[in-house]
Amino acid sequence: MISVSDLRYAYGTHEVLKGISFDARPGELLCILGHNGAGKSTLFKCMLGLLRGYSGSITVDGIDFSRLKPKEKALYVAYIPQASKPTFAYNVMDMVIMGTMSVAGGISGPGEKEKRLALDALSKMGIMHLKDRDYTKISGGEQQMVLIARALAQGAKILIMDEPTSSLDYGNQMRVQKQLRKLVSEGYTIIQSTHNPEQTYVFADRILCIRDGIIYRQGKPQDVMDEKLIKDMYGIDVEMVESADKRVRFFELKEYEDNEENKE
Amino acid sequence: MTDARKRTTIIIMSLMVLAGIVISFFLGQFSITPKELGGIIISQFADIKPFWTSQQEHVFWTVRMPRILIACIVGIALSTAGCVYQGVFENPMAAPDFLGASSGAGLGAALAILAGMNEWMITVMAFVFSLATIWLVYIIGNRTRGNKTVGLVLAGLMVSALAQAGTSFIKLVADQTNELPEITYWLMGSLTGTTQRDVVFSGAIIVVGIIPLLILRWKINVLTIGEDEASTIGINVARVRFISLICATLVTAAAVSVSGMIGWVGLVVPHFCRKIVGNNMKFLLPASVFMGAFFLLMVDNISRNLFAVEIPIGILTAIIGAPFFIYLITKGGESV
Repeated sequence: MISVSDLRYAYGTHEVLKGISFDARPGELLCILGHNGAGKSTLFKCMLGLLRGYSGSITVDGIDFSRLKPKEKALYVAYIPQASKPTFAYNVMDMVIMGTMSVAGGISGPGEKEKRLALDALSKMGIMHLKDRDYTKISGGEQQMVLIARALAQGAKILIMDEPTSSLDYGNQMRVQKQLRKLVSEGYTIIQSTHNPEQTYVFADRILCIRDGIIYRQGKPQDVMDEKLIKDMYGIDVEMVESADKRVRFFELKEYEDNEENKE
Repeated sequence: MTDARKRTTIIIMSLMVLAGIVISFFLGQFSITPKELGGIIISQFADIKPFWTSQQEHVFWTVRMPRILIACIVGIALSTAGCVYQGVFENPMAAPDFLGASSGAGLGAALAILAGMNEWMITVMAFVFSLATIWLVYIIGNRTRGNKTVGLVLAGLMVSALAQAGTSFIKLVADQTNELPEITYWLMGSLTGTTQRDVVFSGAIIVVGIIPLLILRWKINVLTIGEDEASTIGINVARVRFISLICATLVTAAAVSVSGMIGWVGLVVPHFCRKIVGNNMKFLLPASVFMGAFFLLMVDNISRNLFAVEIPIGILTAIIGAPFFIYLITKGGESV
């Protein structure tokens, strides 16, 4: 379990995080919503140990995260970026095996054990067929799967994802999210930021809404989300529509014409 | 290409270096036949009656052998350093000249020649100045705000420019009859007049520098995917980068101080190897070691045998390297 408590961070005098507290448990997918500049990325960087000098605490299974060395941190928390753009082209297997690098190394490099970890991760993500392909030449959805496999090979149980599906087409978004649900059911903790509030209904166990560096609201999407929240978070007027199965809801922007009519 | 085939390729590369060395023994103004060569070498271990002239033996041990070894050593150094700089700086255009190593060495050598120092001291001064330049670049680069990689590259450019200005000034005040030609010749890069001491000096430093790089090559791989990702994977980015740079720089300085400025090797050879064995440092670094040695050895053979007058090797590496690089980035298919 990862616990963040009263986290504050400032770039110079500009305070970005103003006291954030929350937990994420094993088997839970947490979605973080917030407008651009709300502090999502800063929060992630603190949680990944990329930013120091924050106040408050981040603990993983009760251990103060800031005291761990990079290779110890890597065994608890893995980062899955939106897209990795390596300077040089590597094949998929090379990319995935990089995840084991905190434990492997030395003159002989990754051995049989590391190779097996990487292969297990590839098969878990269902992308074994991509093993020998050039990472830079597979589709965005496939690349995302490879990055998730790399995180699995790393051995961490908490996965932090920065807008994992924002650059993917609709089909790939769904495929990636389905894979993530599968990982969650196996006990992984997934914390992801997203710009798509509708999607959180389908996939998130809990959402965390950050506005101006504080947690504006958190809870199950079905409980928390309403028209006012969207208005407050993103500054747009929406109408919320529930689908027939009462599980999925959609938001519709009120039409421009409506406003024109109201004026008349 | 499968891993097994890449491994075979690297073994072939190492055999090419060995074959290249053996062939080079026979090339030169003093002809040595294979039989004589065998005799000269065996006579070191067994007592056999010389059927070769003592002049041949002398030329072999004091001129040809050091020359061949230094070509391999300098080739290995520049190519390996280039390969490592490209990885550490996440920049395909990185090369040893990049951090001011070469221009720093040039300034040191020019100063030493101006001061009338002997050849050994010129080497030492070039080495010291090369290290000092890179140290300065590193300090400045780390103080830049924003992207440290870009900061380091810019610092390298600036400090190089300063060192080159210093060298130009020294050329201006140097004695035109002997000092100026010597400085100019040194700056062109040449392996002429290599001594056994040069070989031992640069060879020892290069062995010391390359071993940590071979050990760290897995982690340098991870650095190429970006600082944040490498860090979350559990790599101590600052430490790996620092050790890699120190080693690559040590190796570069050792090479440049005995050879002068030999450009292009550190850029072209690693890229050539990337095309053959891919970008994984597991294969790329050993491939760069062998191909660096092979490339510079072959170019040096041309430099000392093609014409009656020896052409400085720095000119040849540019003539061969630049068009070859253009080929790599255009016809080579892959993006750089």
